[in-house]
Amino acid sequence: MTELTRLTIAEAREKLAAKAFSALELTDAYLAAIDAANDKLNAYVAVTHDKARAMARASDERLGKGAGGALEGIPLGIKDLFATEGVHTQAASHILDGFKPRYESTVTANLWADGAVMLGKLNMDEFAMGSSNETSHYGPVINPWRAEGSNADLVPGGSSGGSAAAVSALLCAGATATDTGGSIRQPAAFTGTVGIKPTYGRCSRWGTVAFASSLDQAGPIARDVRDAAILLKSMASVDAKDTTSIDLPVPDYEAAIGQSIKGMKIGIPKEYRMDGMPDEIEALWQKGIEWMRDAGAEIVDISLPHTKYALPAYYIVAPAEASSNLARYDGVRYGLRVPGKDIADMYEQTRAAGFGREVKRRVMIGTYVLSAGYYDAYYLKAQKVRTLIKRDFELAFDAGVDAILTPATPSAAFGVADQAMSADPVKMYLNDIFTVTVNMAGLPGIAVPAGLDGRGLPLGLQLIGKPFEEETLFRTAHVIEQAAGRFQPAKWW
Amino acid sequence: MSVDIDTVKRVAHLARIAVDEADAERMTGELNTILGFVEQLDEVDVTGVEPMTSVIPMAMKKRADAVTDGGKAADIVANAPASEDNFFVVPKVVE
Repeated sequence: MTELTRLTIAEAREKLAAKAFSALELTDAYLAAIDAANDKLNAYVAVTHDKARAMARASDERLGKGAGGALEGIPLGIKDLFATEGVHTQAASHILDGFKPRYESTVTANLWADGAVMLGKLNMDEFAMGSSNETSHYGPVINPWRAEGSNADLVPGGSSGGSAAAVSALLCAGATATDTGGSIRQPAAFTGTVGIKPTYGRCSRWGTVAFASSLDQAGPIARDVRDAAILLKSMASVDAKDTTSIDLPVPDYEAAIGQSIKGMKIGIPKEYRMDGMPDEIEALWQKGIEWMRDAGAEIVDISLPHTKYALPAYYIVAPAEASSNLARYDGVRYGLRVPGKDIADMYEQTRAAGFGREVKRRVMIGTYVLSAGYYDAYYLKAQKVRTLIKRDFELAFDAGVDAILTPATPSAAFGVADQAMSADPVKMYLNDIFTVTVNMAGLPGIAVPAGLDGRGLPLGLQLIGKPFEEETLFRTAHVIEQAAGRFQPAKWW
Repeated sequence: MSVDIDTVKRVAHLARIAVDEADAERMTGELNTILGFVEQLDEVDVTGVEPMTSVIPMAMKKRADAVTDGGKAADIVANAPASEDNFFVVPKVVE
């Protein structure tokens, strides 16, 4: 049965259609893998055995009638940020204790409409705030990857750490994730998986627990580029329930895979060469440039001068929006309530007990920068810097660049409970230095595994595209995947 | 700019998060680290730059002013920590 969990979505799709095995057999293989691994990896916060089997049986019925959808019978893990009707939805926070929504998010509804099967809800940083999956109320996720000759637990990145770890450890065929500053691409890079954050507006945000509404975007984490394309096609839609959802038809992303990149212009931004960046990251980047050139692309040096200001601007914009979005958790309508001497005290006690340290920190920063007298100095200034960051990219694209190649992260996965990062929040924030610019400009970005470092840990490259040109990213990322190969951790769990 | 412990307590109250003396002290240090980090933005000249209001240029979608949903009071209060007759129950707010 374990062999079944090794199949990619594309392979499983073909074999299900050919009736080589049933959807129920495939789902049972994944449920068994989860039950055997989850105590060690902590990737799932809820496993929906009965629902998964019921959905798989329904898939078998449809497959039997030749009426299978695009993802018929494919077992997926869902980040705990997506509302799933009647099922654990807590953004991995204590404050949403016991919350089971009476509605389904648009992204997951799209997946179920295409026949996918839900295995359960995946661990994440609380409210998607974190880069190591250590801020979860349910404890850290452990990266299935370990350094050679070491038993030390590593983080899978965050905030979609459960999604990345589950895909990498073969505990689901693919997973949903979300990305506000790098939360799809950084964990994908840390686990040797493929993650794409589509253009802002491509996937509906309806029914996804909000963190920073002008930055949040859903996307898949998958084993390879083709699977990522298959999943994004189903997740993306035009949705009347989200006013920022874009009125553009969803292309067949899979069709872009394998198309030549001959003559494409790939931009290499000099500002992504950071002081103190490990040589291995630089070497990987050079390798990526060579692969692009060998495939016929033209390499051009570009400048994105406001790159270094993206992260500080993000740490004003994102907390400001979060402080507003998280105001709804007040112990009245859902989740945790801690009694107080009056209603204001009840709010304060509930939020003090329900939010973890990182979430409180960000709500506090957001409240401060939006408070009377500071709005212009912080929030307005950050939104102006954001305009400049976006303009940098527009100038590069206007000059004919088709996609931009950068490293995905400034390092490989680090240890759980890393001293330097827990002592200084800014050190943790620097994980997103290469990914956050993309959210600030609303662009699509894909992280694709490109090699292993000296300790045998995966490293990723990032490709950044023009708005709504995800197809270009699938084309170019596929070239890297073909050259670099795929990466699977040795099983120890 | 940096914050002192009294500002942190005031902000915590605005954010409706109860903090004790030790929390407030720790947060003061953390917030000042973050505010020190974002100070880099002072280097950027934003004269004449419009603040971003929409990351993708688009007009806000509008729908017809019609009832499309409703009659779900029981669903809405289903997750409430305390409810009665489809109302949310909270501590008394008037004397």
